[in-house]
Amino acid sequence: MDFATLLQVLDSTVRLATPLLLACLAGLFSERSGIFDIGLEGKMLVAAFFSAAIAAATGSVWLGLLAGIAASLVLSGIHGLASITFRGNQLISGVAINFLAAGLSVLIAQDWFGQGGRTPSLVGGGRWDNITLPLAETLSGVPVIGPIYAELISGHSILVYVAFLMVPLTWWILFRTRFGLRLRAVGEAPEAVDTAGVSVVGLRYAAVGICGLLCGLAGSYLATGLQAGFVKDMTAGRGYIALAALIFAKWRPWHALGACLLFGLLQAVALRYQNIDLGGLTIPVQVMDALPYILTVVILAGFVGKAIPPRAGGEPYVKER
Amino acid sequence: MNFTKTLLGASAALALSAGAALADPALIYDLGGKFDKSFNEAAFNGAQRWAEETGGSYRDIELQSEAQREQALRRFAEAGFNPIVTTGFSMSTPIDNVAADYPDTKFVTIDGFVDPEAHPNVKSILFAEHQGSYLVGMMAAMASETGTVSFVGGMDIPLIRKFACGYAQGAKAVNPEIEVISNMTGTTPAAWNDPVKGSELTKAQISQGSDVVFAAAGGTGIGVLQTAADEGILSIGVDSNQNYLHPGSVLTSMLKRVDVATYDAMQAGADLETGVEVLTLAEDGVGYAMDEHNADLVTEEMRTAVEEAKASIVAGETEVHDYTSDDSCPALTF
Repeated sequence: MDFATLLQVLDSTVRLATPLLLACLAGLFSERSGIFDIGLEGKMLVAAFFSAAIAAATGSVWLGLLAGIAASLVLSGIHGLASITFRGNQLISGVAINFLAAGLSVLIAQDWFGQGGRTPSLVGGGRWDNITLPLAETLSGVPVIGPIYAELISGHSILVYVAFLMVPLTWWILFRTRFGLRLRAVGEAPEAVDTAGVSVVGLRYAAVGICGLLCGLAGSYLATGLQAGFVKDMTAGRGYIALAALIFAKWRPWHALGACLLFGLLQAVALRYQNIDLGGLTIPVQVMDALPYILTVVILAGFVGKAIPPRAGGEPYVKER
Repeated sequence: MNFTKTLLGASAALALSAGAALADPALIYDLGGKFDKSFNEAAFNGAQRWAEETGGSYRDIELQSEAQREQALRRFAEAGFNPIVTTGFSMSTPIDNVAADYPDTKFVTIDGFVDPEAHPNVKSILFAEHQGSYLVGMMAAMASETGTVSFVGGMDIPLIRKFACGYAQGAKAVNPEIEVISNMTGTTPAAWNDPVKGSELTKAQISQGSDVVFAAAGGTGIGVLQTAADEGILSIGVDSNQNYLHPGSVLTSMLKRVDVATYDAMQAGADLETGVEVLTLAEDGVGYAMDEHNADLVTEEMRTAVEEAKASIVAGETEVHDYTSDDSCPALTF
């Protein structure tokens, strides 16, 4: 593999890892506050649809982004209502949201555009432009660093940079602010937070809201950044891979970045090399596709350190009398 | 037991009376969905044309899961629809299971194969996709400036390999030195609806030098054609005429006249002739699309060469290898 090929694979990795990363951080906020969220997939899907639909109608990708986030927040609100206010089962609520999103997006798309559950192809201002970072042209002549900067780091849409900046921001919010401390505490020992006079319900709603916001970004990136429109079920299981990445990262932001980049790299390699020859041993492409799940099972089985979820995760909080 | 018998009898009577009353045709789409801009949509267009021309009406259903296949067949058969047209190779097994229970109903499986000896009320319609793919492969090789062309398949099944194999043979017939890159999107039905993966595959192929890409991948192909247009290379659509999706970038489309097959089946109605039918270049069952959107891309030289090849295939002088005949391809390794 030469240097140019390596760069192309890594470039593809960045594109494939971005939606995973955003969804993974979304799940991180939610699960750290004690709300398990199977519904990342569904939230990304509605966000993808509404961002593409509004972008197609208005010609503005920014309005599309806002619509996508709003739609994702609505589903987050439903999840919050079911699992926080009414203390329902969080997993069932999440699964219901996935079904709702899969059906609703296609139904509305068919009603609005009549193209069988897809949006019209976006052109011009309806899509995210790739940003060329300053000096990319001039530096591209410099050996090694130049091409890395010009091809790998520069030339992505703005949401990619937002996603990567979200990692230190998430770390800072969770581990360096009062809000973050309380959010983590509510996922470990909500009764202690309640005793301290802080609203458990309020904190959990805030976490679920942030989750909705990030899923909105992920969906918008899929439909208006990577693609030029919505196609039914276009998330194709990425919400579940993000959940796997979250467990793989053991609910920590920097590790989440690593896990998502690893899973993105596996996909990119699988797309580039259908079957990999390792000195007589051929690894079929299916193995690469399944690796994220296999790795997650290995982690869950406790072979590589223990993955301990937030202690109060999945439990609705009932105030003691 | 008695109760079940009564129930069965009642439903049979119901089916008979309903059958006599309407005998409209029915259409079952495969999992790709009615509006996939490709294979299933072609069937829909054929049915629509039949309905408009004859003033008849038909019922259709989009399947959501594998489990619904048999259920949908039985529902339509019991409600007296005749014939029942289905699209996609996956319908052949359910039809095989169901057909004997409804001997008076005619079933049509487009792309599937059901043994005509065992089930005399089933018509299997197959296409010579390798021949159509051969022609667009020739056009790809003639349009390519880099000497590398590529193929993106949907789910990795023998039918899709048949497309790839025909394409590679056509390309190599024009230029024996040409490099043909072939990639499949996945091994599950999700591979028909993953445009993001389609885009990434196309980008990877472009970086390997490809400048013409042929997508036989259902909804995934939308991503392939989009990326080809964005990156300024040529693409080739499949099944339906997809030239209009990106005028100036889609070189042509490999047509599979699913619409004609559907139209003919509905036109024949209950008197449909059953058995196995293979639609080839000779019957215009497959072909390539020419319209105002790609008129500037296809040179006179290309048209002449492709027409000559077509005549030669129809006459039996040129033999295009069919991947499904022996699960191997002389022009391409998978």
